[in-house]
Amino acid sequence: MKKEDIPQDDGALNKLTKEVVYAVDNSGNYTTELSTGWDVKSTALDAAWEDIEQRIAHARQKVLHHEASPILYFIELRLMDIGIVAAYTGFWKWTVKQHLKPAVFKKLSDTKLQQYADVFNVSVEELKSMNVHED
Amino acid sequence: MKTEFKHLQAAHCENGVTTNLLRSVGVETLTEPLAFGIGSGLFFVYIPLLKINKGPAIAFRTLPGHIFKRTCKSLNIEVVRKKFSNKEMAAKFLDSCLEAGQPVGCQVGVYYLTYFPKEYRFHFNAHNLIVYGSEGDNYLISDPVMENVTTLSKYELERVRFAKGPLAPNGQLYYPKENTTVTTEQIKNAIKSGIKRNVRDMLSIPGPIAGVSGIAYTGKRIKQWKNKLGQQKAGLYLAQLVRMQEEIGTGGGGFRYIYGAFLQEAHAFHPIDELMDISKIFTQAGDRWRSAAVQAAGIYKGRIGSQADFDVMGDYLLEIAEIEKKAFQALGKIKWNS
Repeated sequence: MKKEDIPQDDGALNKLTKEVVYAVDNSGNYTTELSTGWDVKSTALDAAWEDIEQRIAHARQKVLHHEASPILYFIELRLMDIGIVAAYTGFWKWTVKQHLKPAVFKKLSDTKLQQYADVFNVSVEELKSMNVHED
Repeated sequence: MKTEFKHLQAAHCENGVTTNLLRSVGVETLTEPLAFGIGSGLFFVYIPLLKINKGPAIAFRTLPGHIFKRTCKSLNIEVVRKKFSNKEMAAKFLDSCLEAGQPVGCQVGVYYLTYFPKEYRFHFNAHNLIVYGSEGDNYLISDPVMENVTTLSKYELERVRFAKGPLAPNGQLYYPKENTTVTTEQIKNAIKSGIKRNVRDMLSIPGPIAGVSGIAYTGKRIKQWKNKLGQQKAGLYLAQLVRMQEEIGTGGGGFRYIYGAFLQEAHAFHPIDELMDISKIFTQAGDRWRSAAVQAAGIYKGRIGSQADFDVMGDYLLEIAEIEKKAFQALGKIKWNS
């Protein structure tokens, strides 16, 4: 890539910093230049986020239809998976899977609910209702 | 409390941490491309059975931690590396390093990294930064992918050092053990062995999924993605490929441009003409990766998406595999004078 061809599009990272890109100058020597972003990669990131939003909405529907407990919704909302939730809560993966069942979730002790609430950074009330108020 | 430290921005976090930490102990001639090349950073692997963020696990570089480890080893620099099970011990150890004037590299997770934009905060645990001092309740942070230094509170730093999930850092920190001088001769040898190891990794690694054969393998798989995964998922897979290739830290073109820059810098130490010629082949490879990314973007934006478009995408990778094979074979044939 030639130095003058380095894209200077807008991207999410640009809020924080420009990034270093390597390219060749007119005499063919490598040099670095700051870039504000590249459209091709910011749309790749957008595609990933659209998918996440869809998964969150889908999980919410499943919870409302009593096909899953609210834990599923928060797993998606916090970009986690069962393995990550297990690692943060200290529960076994198998246990987390059980807690995804609405009937099992209903019987969870306050202590366990609080553990989940802490990991998802919400209150127990918000955990149960899926009504989260955050910016 | 502040250690003697100079922040230099890099394309990639581990390259940057390696370069900046080694410069702080006296290896002043080290640059990001040299660290990347000496650490044999260039790689390719696609692990179909492993999923990252529900997409394909693809990497354009070697395993996290390897660049620092190999660069230090090649330059004969002893490394201190520690993991912790206890958060207080981890903080105490860090403080004692800073008190002794030692800037420290830390492995962290980015999900809770407060200064990152929300869009970038996934559960990715192999980011690296340097803690170079503290002020009141805040730690002074040099994140090499950023233009400027920043800070994290004690709690924020603890949270990212003890992020959970795959590649959990467990408070891991590392630094070169003592001040040292590195001779030109040592750098020359390190360059040579770094290139040889990279040739071996890219050409001779067993199995179909890694090295140049891994690139061709991925190209062939991509041609089947539309049928196997359906249009939407196939698009997401391609978006993930592009993110691994172009996101923050790669220097563009899936690290291929950084490697091209490395070979040019290597030429200053080993005046062998082939190094300059092969550098151009890596530039060409990087350019092809970027053309492939543009093709991929057409698909995940929904502008194109026929089987023929997926075939074109796959063919890019098959072509790149040939280009990189040629480049590494040429590197393998170099007659080193010293």
